[in-house]
Amino acid sequence: MREANGPAGAGSDDARRKKPRRYADVAGPTVSGILEQVNQQRERLEARLASVGAVVAVASGKGGVGKSAVTANLAVTLARRGARVGVVDADLNGPSQGHMLGLLGKRLGDGADGVEPPEGVAGIRAVSTELLLAEGMPVRWRGPQTDRFVWQGITEATALREFLSDVVWGELDYLLVDIPPGTDKIGRFLDLVPAPDQLLMVTVPSRVASAVVRRSAAEVREARVACVALVVNMSGYAGEGGGATLPLFSGAGVADLARSLDLDLWAEIPFDPVFGEATDRGEPPGADGSSAVARALHDLAERVEHAPGGRKAKP
Amino acid sequence: MKFLCLECDEVMAFAERDLPGDGTLTAIFTCGACGREMALLTNPMETRLVTSLGVEIGGRTVPEQPFQQTRTNLDEPREDAFAEMVPRTEPGEAGGGDTLARPPSGVTWSAEATERLGRVPTFVRGMVKRIYAEYARERDIGLVTPDVMDRARNDLGLEGM
Repeated sequence: MREANGPAGAGSDDARRKKPRRYADVAGPTVSGILEQVNQQRERLEARLASVGAVVAVASGKGGVGKSAVTANLAVTLARRGARVGVVDADLNGPSQGHMLGLLGKRLGDGADGVEPPEGVAGIRAVSTELLLAEGMPVRWRGPQTDRFVWQGITEATALREFLSDVVWGELDYLLVDIPPGTDKIGRFLDLVPAPDQLLMVTVPSRVASAVVRRSAAEVREARVACVALVVNMSGYAGEGGGATLPLFSGAGVADLARSLDLDLWAEIPFDPVFGEATDRGEPPGADGSSAVARALHDLAERVEHAPGGRKAKP
Repeated sequence: MKFLCLECDEVMAFAERDLPGDGTLTAIFTCGACGREMALLTNPMETRLVTSLGVEIGGRTVPEQPFQQTRTNLDEPREDAFAEMVPRTEPGEAGGGDTLARPPSGVTWSAEATERLGRVPTFVRGMVKRIYAEYARERDIGLVTPDVMDRARNDLGLEGM
């Protein structure tokens, strides 16, 4: 049934007018050019990522589980094992890779072919809103101050697309993407990069965090991501002296947690305050040393290297 | 998005776009068969919704610049976040073919235009410079002057540039 403006009975013109063709009946490109431009953006993104060996997303769905610290330390570990590594801080509103990778104060190169990312610790190239914002300022977007909910999400998705497609990454072995909290943010990333080589789901061994990760895992499974693995962060407390790791959370053990989530467990990383402090000041230790955290990161890097897209993966 | 002239059953073609600077947009479409024109008028929220996609209704007039949406829309940016890259060589020269950025060749800037460009915040200056240069190059304009910049602003709808 057609809807028309105007008073009742004013439909005589409508009655004489023949029924217009529908969108699908009208051949040819759009006259607005919007669809074609969006497709071009997608092609540009694919072309840019063609020089990347493996895209490794680090996600959770839950906040505060240490995704960013895991990302930074995994990046450092892989780089020190000889890989060329880039990092995208997809957490636009809560960025931290600028701090963690020692990039604060560094500048991005402004070129016609793209933005040259600065190099941080271990030669890691990275982009983050931390590099774009004035000190202490939150992410705010210009535009009409009413009905921001209509356009703000699209603006942020576009910014993330630009972080991925407009950066001159060059030849990389790994591009790690630090995905912000929120199951929807994983979906937003997968819209842009539908087939990341690996997706690491980070959680802490608490019931609440695991419940959220379960939802995220369902989202990822529906998207048919080929390689999804579990990283349990803060799996215990590794105090000074390298003694036994003490439990931080009660409840199911890590192995049970992995089983219940139906994910391959790739790493159990204990909490070590010295390690955390070093990461916060921009010197992530990675797998340096012989601490329990270092051993866990070493094992995690090995798993990444042997998984799809990894440097040691079978062709 | 397609516009159909119901009278002629013809798809209307994009003709003209106007961004008056108040956040609204006017896009004019014409019917190739009967010449009828129609205008699409959007309010600031609707305009922002479309520009958030990084697209221009009717097609792009100059290529999208790196980080264009992020740089154009981010409020209170770090002014010295970007450093303009110096081209090493021209294409075809020995050592050329690198991926470093270079401005479109064959365009020079008058002193007045350079001075005006210097007042553009550095956060977006490199991007703005390339947009003006590209505009001039596409029209075989060898010298960018303030007048060329004004025309580009009007033609391209470069609000605030």
